Amino acid sequence: MILRVIGKLLIPFILLFALYVQLHGDYGPGGGFQAGAIIAAAMVLYAMIYGLSTARRVFPDWLVESMIAGGVLLYLAVGLAGLYVGGNFLDYFVLDADPVTGQHRGIFWIELGVAITVCGVLLKIFYLFTQRGQDQ
Amino acid sequence: MMVAVVALTRTRNLFAVVVLFGLYSFLTATVMVALDAVDVAMTEAAVGAGISTVLLLGALHLCNSEEEKPAHKPWLPLLVTIGTGLVLVYGTWDLPPFSDPEAPIHTHVAPRYLEQGPRETGVPNVVTAVLASYRGFDTLGETMVVFTAGIGVIALLRRRRYVRRGKQ
Repeated sequence: MILRVIGKLLIPFILLFALYVQLHGDYGPGGGFQAGAIIAAAMVLYAMIYGLSTARRVFPDWLVESMIAGGVLLYLAVGLAGLYVGGNFLDYFVLDADPVTGQHRGIFWIELGVAITVCGVLLKIFYLFTQRGQDQ
Repeated sequence: MMVAVVALTRTRNLFAVVVLFGLYSFLTATVMVALDAVDVAMTEAAVGAGISTVLLLGALHLCNSEEEKPAHKPWLPLLVTIGTGLVLVYGTWDLPPFSDPEAPIHTHVAPRYLEQGPRETGVPNVVTAVLASYRGFDTLGETMVVFTAGIGVIALLRRRRYVRRGKQ
């Protein structure tokens, strides 16, 4: 009971902190990898308190699996977008008329891609490990 | 940290080992903060102390929580470890002293990143600018590594279920 209440209080703030780390990575410490790990940690905490099946309803397997590939594809898409607009692969200067805005835009999307992949992989590993214990 | 490492090697209770690993990760994170590498410290705290502890506990749930007595005497591994350590220490003699501004690593591309980075990319955090922009290709490779690791774990852990389903 205590765990559930504290978990309910804590998890939104962990997720909020992850978003802060993700979106504020340009200005303070942090970035996609850290944010993805923190989101995965919040989900692991959620799964430990409310049970694995509840967590799997929030983040179903198909979603986690497509996140693993989706993040990498998003990253690649940003690189190819640079090619498409007429620059080099992973060239952000061409993504906007103003090079600095283009840099911001490129960094935002690739950090998002990194976060999605990291979060997906960590969650998938966690699911696989815990589910193995339940099968036996 | 030394205490944690010595305790790690001495104890046979794997649960205590997992907890000590978490402790060690947090101590490493504080060392990273002391070295002004907050980004690395954050990763260490989240992944090293948080998630890998949970994963190790999950693995512990599947197996015995007491470590078996080792089958071999530790002399050969000890010799190899000490030998490698001595070679590494020998290697550090040629390195420039810690925080030497004239060291090659500080005179090659780093000044350009530090001087031009914020102006070119408009990103005040140089770590992010280097990681995501100047070294974007490396970071793509890193993401690929994470992706491949995830796929590998899925391939390894999933296989059993299919085999069992095939038998039924």
